[in-house]
Amino acid sequence: MSDRGFTSVAGVNPPLPVRRIEPLSSAAGYATKLFNGFFEWFGSIGIFSWQVLRAAVTPPYEWRELIRQLDEVGSKSLPLVAMAGAAIGVILSLEARYSLSRFGAKSMFPVTLVYSVIQVMGPVITGLVVSGRVGAGMGAELASMKVTEQIDAIEASAINPYRLLAATRILACILMLPLLTIATDAFALLTGWFAQAIVEPLSFHQFIANGFKGATFGAFVPPTFKTAVYGLIIGLIACFQGMRTRGGAAGVGRAATNSVVLASLFLILADVVLVKFILVVFH
Amino acid sequence: MATSYDIATKQAEPEQGSLAHVVAVEKVYKSFAGHNVLNGISLRVNQGETLAVLGRSGTGKSVLLRLIIGLDTPDSGTIRIHGQTIAGLAIDPMGEIRKKMGFLFQQAALYDSLTVQQNVAFPLEHHRRDMPKSERADRVRQLLAEVGMDSDIDKMPSDISGGMQKRVGLARALALEPEILLLDEPTAGLDPISSGEIDELILQLQRERKMASIVVTHDLHSARTIAGRLALLNEGDVVIEGTFEDLQQSDIGFVKEFLKQS
Repeated sequence: MSDRGFTSVAGVNPPLPVRRIEPLSSAAGYATKLFNGFFEWFGSIGIFSWQVLRAAVTPPYEWRELIRQLDEVGSKSLPLVAMAGAAIGVILSLEARYSLSRFGAKSMFPVTLVYSVIQVMGPVITGLVVSGRVGAGMGAELASMKVTEQIDAIEASAINPYRLLAATRILACILMLPLLTIATDAFALLTGWFAQAIVEPLSFHQFIANGFKGATFGAFVPPTFKTAVYGLIIGLIACFQGMRTRGGAAGVGRAATNSVVLASLFLILADVVLVKFILVVFH
Repeated sequence: MATSYDIATKQAEPEQGSLAHVVAVEKVYKSFAGHNVLNGISLRVNQGETLAVLGRSGTGKSVLLRLIIGLDTPDSGTIRIHGQTIAGLAIDPMGEIRKKMGFLFQQAALYDSLTVQQNVAFPLEHHRRDMPKSERADRVRQLLAEVGMDSDIDKMPSDISGGMQKRVGLARALALEPEILLLDEPTAGLDPISSGEIDELILQLQRERKMASIVVTHDLHSARTIAGRLALLNEGDVVIEGTFEDLQQSDIGFVKEFLKQS
């Protein structure tokens, strides 16, 4: 028998059937590998989440590292989300003025801008910007620590790396995302108003009063605080990808890339569920 | 001279879970991606004793140390530290055992964002939270002085040589006053003078602290200098265990070849 399952006669293998089957079997093998990898990833991140949760709720608590991470995620992301928010504000202002003018609904400008910034663009832009900056940074930092055995050294020093490295980073992301979202919203509204005000006179007070007229808790608070879930996704994926890295510099690069790509993807997918949830529960 | 058969017979004598052995490794198997790295290895180390584990690269010497400190888990077999089996322990209970152990990594594994001083202070900050800052700083200075690094306390790991990094790694491993010291290739990649200095330092620490030590190395000269007992590994198991003289008198082909090439 040949290793491909065909009997060879006088040293001659039947070549054609083998060549026809090979692409199919390799495709099936690839599909199986992909399928297994998919479930293995979810299983591994599930176990990782449990280990982090268990470490996070049991003492000793790593307050100093948490404060360092709050600064790392919060303060250091602030200029970036402020700039992104400012740009989004101008873009939305220009688009809204053009579209509303076409339908003779220019008076709706403040409320359109306020709702589109706070409910949709502010949270998503903040999530994506933080995912890019913090996700890549955390993924690369932890991956680098992993491949240089620094995480093993932490564990060998009888310190729980899930508590020290992962729980603090994830919690910092959860706490900081809503605050950064508020900052993004504020800058977007400010520049959105300014872009409108230089074309047509509109006082900031009037803009805010009209924009928030009839505002409810459900319209503004849940969309801002849903970003805590984005924080969980960004922190969890970045820590998971970083702390399971193998393979030197290439592995570090892969971990950083995967952290950003997967965190951004899951963030947008989660938003679909969160928007539906907010609409059902708060409206 | 002792063969692996003799050793296995000898090691069956002590009672299971006995506190006589500080570290007891019994019939441990470990494989990675279908490749057997350790094939039923058994070793024991007593209080105040230094065991050097020798062997070619890739024979599972470093894996053995990682198993002992619980960074990896064996496929089968038992590892006991002070009579307590470590298999299946969660990370925090394992941490309590690790507080009694110091580990010097092959590449030192210093925290690259911390200074030399902060690296050594790191375990103390986490496990001696009640220790006053000034006392902790004194302790760190004392540890760095012991390894001859007290003049470089504010340098970053990237600014010091490989030998100096190992000294700092050693000071960090000693910070919690361990009862067991695990050293992974302490002299690998160092010039002969630095190797000699590290060997001398380890000997001095052993004299002063009476720790149980396991030193993984492929440097026969270093092993002979610092260890009273040597274990030679091949294909994941102990080929011979004994004094350097036992190894010299061995008729085993691999032992002769190893001694000849070293």
